Amino acid sequence: MQPVSRPNALAQRDLLGIEGLSPDSVSAILDLSETYVALNRDAEKKSDVLRGRTLILLFFETSTRTRTSFELAGKRLGADVINISVATSAIKKGETLIDTAMTLNAMHPDVIVVRHPDAGAVRLLADHVNCAVINAGDGSHEHPTQALLDALTIRRHKGRLDGLRVAICGDVMHSRVARSNILLLTMMGSQVRLVAPPTLVPPAIERMGAEVFHDMRRGLEDCDIIMMLRLQAERMQGTFVPSTREYFRYFGLDEAKLAIARPDALIMHPGPMNRGVEIDSRVADDITRSAILEQVELGLAVRQACLDLLGRDSGGA
Amino acid sequence: MTEKRTAYINAHLLDPDSGLDAGGALLTEGVLIADLGPGLFADGVPEAIETVDCGGHCLCPGLVDMHVHLREPGHEHKETIATGGLSALAGGVTSLCSMPNTDPVIDNVGLIEFIQRRAREAKGVKVFPFAAATKGLEGKQLTEFGMLAEAGAVAFTDDGLPIADSQVMRRALSYAKTFDLLISQHAEDLSLSGCGCMAEGEAATRLGLDGIPEIAETIMVERDIRLVEHSGGRYHVAHISTAEAVDCVRRAKARGLRVTCEAAPHHFSLTDLDVGDYRTFAKMAPPLRSERNRVAIVEGLKDGTIDAIATDHAPHDQESKRLPMAHAANGIVGLETLLPLSLELYHGGHMTLLEILRRLTLAPAELLKLPVGRLQKGAPADLLLFDADVPWLVDTAKFRSMSKNSPFDGRPVQGRALRTIVDGRTLFTFDG
Repeated sequence: MQPVSRPNALAQRDLLGIEGLSPDSVSAILDLSETYVALNRDAEKKSDVLRGRTLILLFFETSTRTRTSFELAGKRLGADVINISVATSAIKKGETLIDTAMTLNAMHPDVIVVRHPDAGAVRLLADHVNCAVINAGDGSHEHPTQALLDALTIRRHKGRLDGLRVAICGDVMHSRVARSNILLLTMMGSQVRLVAPPTLVPPAIERMGAEVFHDMRRGLEDCDIIMMLRLQAERMQGTFVPSTREYFRYFGLDEAKLAIARPDALIMHPGPMNRGVEIDSRVADDITRSAILEQVELGLAVRQACLDLLGRDSGGA
Repeated sequence: MTEKRTAYINAHLLDPDSGLDAGGALLTEGVLIADLGPGLFADGVPEAIETVDCGGHCLCPGLVDMHVHLREPGHEHKETIATGGLSALAGGVTSLCSMPNTDPVIDNVGLIEFIQRRAREAKGVKVFPFAAATKGLEGKQLTEFGMLAEAGAVAFTDDGLPIADSQVMRRALSYAKTFDLLISQHAEDLSLSGCGCMAEGEAATRLGLDGIPEIAETIMVERDIRLVEHSGGRYHVAHISTAEAVDCVRRAKARGLRVTCEAAPHHFSLTDLDVGDYRTFAKMAPPLRSERNRVAIVEGLKDGTIDAIATDHAPHDQESKRLPMAHAANGIVGLETLLPLSLELYHGGHMTLLEILRRLTLAPAELLKLPVGRLQKGAPADLLLFDADVPWLVDTAKFRSMSKNSPFDGRPVQGRALRTIVDGRTLFTFDG
């Protein structure tokens, strides 16, 4: 099966964040992703929509699932895929960034997928290249393809993206996944709750349209979706929680807390999971409740859709 | 041979000290003001005197900027004493105070003399150096306040860094009393600002950037005021930026403590929303704050809580700014936008020209005991002729400063320096 050719539903060169997308373009990306979900389940998984196109994966942070997902997505679409992992030295980071951008740009890539530890760094890079740029995570800012794959997962389970109550639990402070999901889900008409101790909630986050809870039991009441976030130890400067043991007791998802949410509540996690820190293994591995592995599968399809939309008519050619 | 005499006629004389705000003329003789007043040259100017027709524009004391980073020695690719001086003159500034956080740090007499020599060689703006309050800005050992002051240091600060140790700050304030010297503090509790790179709040949260909370400034100002109360001394808050810190200073003044402060134009003309999409040209320390704080700075200027307007002119090359927000250098150039941004307070109906000029001339001069900042017979002929109303667009490409890092590029403003005079010599003329 070949995905049907569509006009660029994004009407923009880059995908730097959920901010700036319309509900219609979100739906269009998800619709196209569905065709790739089907294709990926076929024995013959290859398409040639990006044949002759060059995709560069530029990762300034270590990543397994996101990088693999983009690499596989590019290959299944027939693109030539180059992997670049840049070890980050403390101070020269930014100079390396712009120099690297201009160097890669001179090779006429069609799409560059970038992950960087600093918020805003992907936009800075995008300002210095002519091709499409996809943000695969910039600091604590945005991770748009993660929010899109989460949306696809939710839509497949609940049949809609509006009128749902979604609890995002954990380290919201350092989470780009949380920010992108708040933007996407509130835009599509769902209610977002944030469940975390005050030290992990960024100031004025309620101005983004989310409701904040410090008591997980109250926060999970009547929720349709529970999104757990990883406790991001590498982004923590100082003491945000006293211990992982205490954190799990009050903010980890276990069967007792899960029982407070709606009986059909779906459990999600962007991975990688810290079992016993933010989520109990029995809950994570419960295939009747957990969509965690399905998120990985759908993530591949969403990235194929994004590469398809942005890569076909990229200015890099 | 007599000294050269110049008559500035048809001027709108403005002097915050005497309250003079009237049409008239001013006569300079050599390096000094010889005479001035509404009636001067009412019957015409004698032929032997050079005449400058001011065209009805404002003639006031040259501006005094008490907070400037000249980057020399150590970072001459960003600014030098000479280029910073040209930038100052173009902005109407005739006296400026250089900050000691250079490389090496200005913490000994030899380096004070170096700055003075370089300023003399530039034959431009008057440079009154601040010296470091502690050796190497390390916040541990006091510098030689007495000998540095004798050599020409006009105040002491570790600017760029706060004096964090309470005992060191207490001793600095206390020891400075020996010579009645001013200690200026970059008030920031670094443990609270952490790795923040803009003001804490909705904008920072949306951008995913670590925020610097207002209390990082307030706590330091509160602590320092307690120390002044305990040990005495003259304490000055540099670039004050929060509503609460302004209020602390207001209350300290009401209690009779010798506490003063200055504000930078960007803190009363911009807010954290101007950071926009990671504009590193809007990154500085302290950061642009919320509208509530901006309004509080305006109020502080109006009621006199904030004594002076100072630029915190901080030149940086492109490479220091073309970085992700978290790694970009702090600071913006300010000398060439000081006057028009300050005049926004006049055009906005907040303050009179005399009230604004007081904070740009007399007030900083008095704080630092500088012999400038007045239109007075016998005073140095440091003058600024400016058009208070002319509209123009800020164009950083035209800045005399070596660095162009200003968030005001393209901003429509009103008012500009037409002629800047130091010791009777015209050193800058606006030529369109």
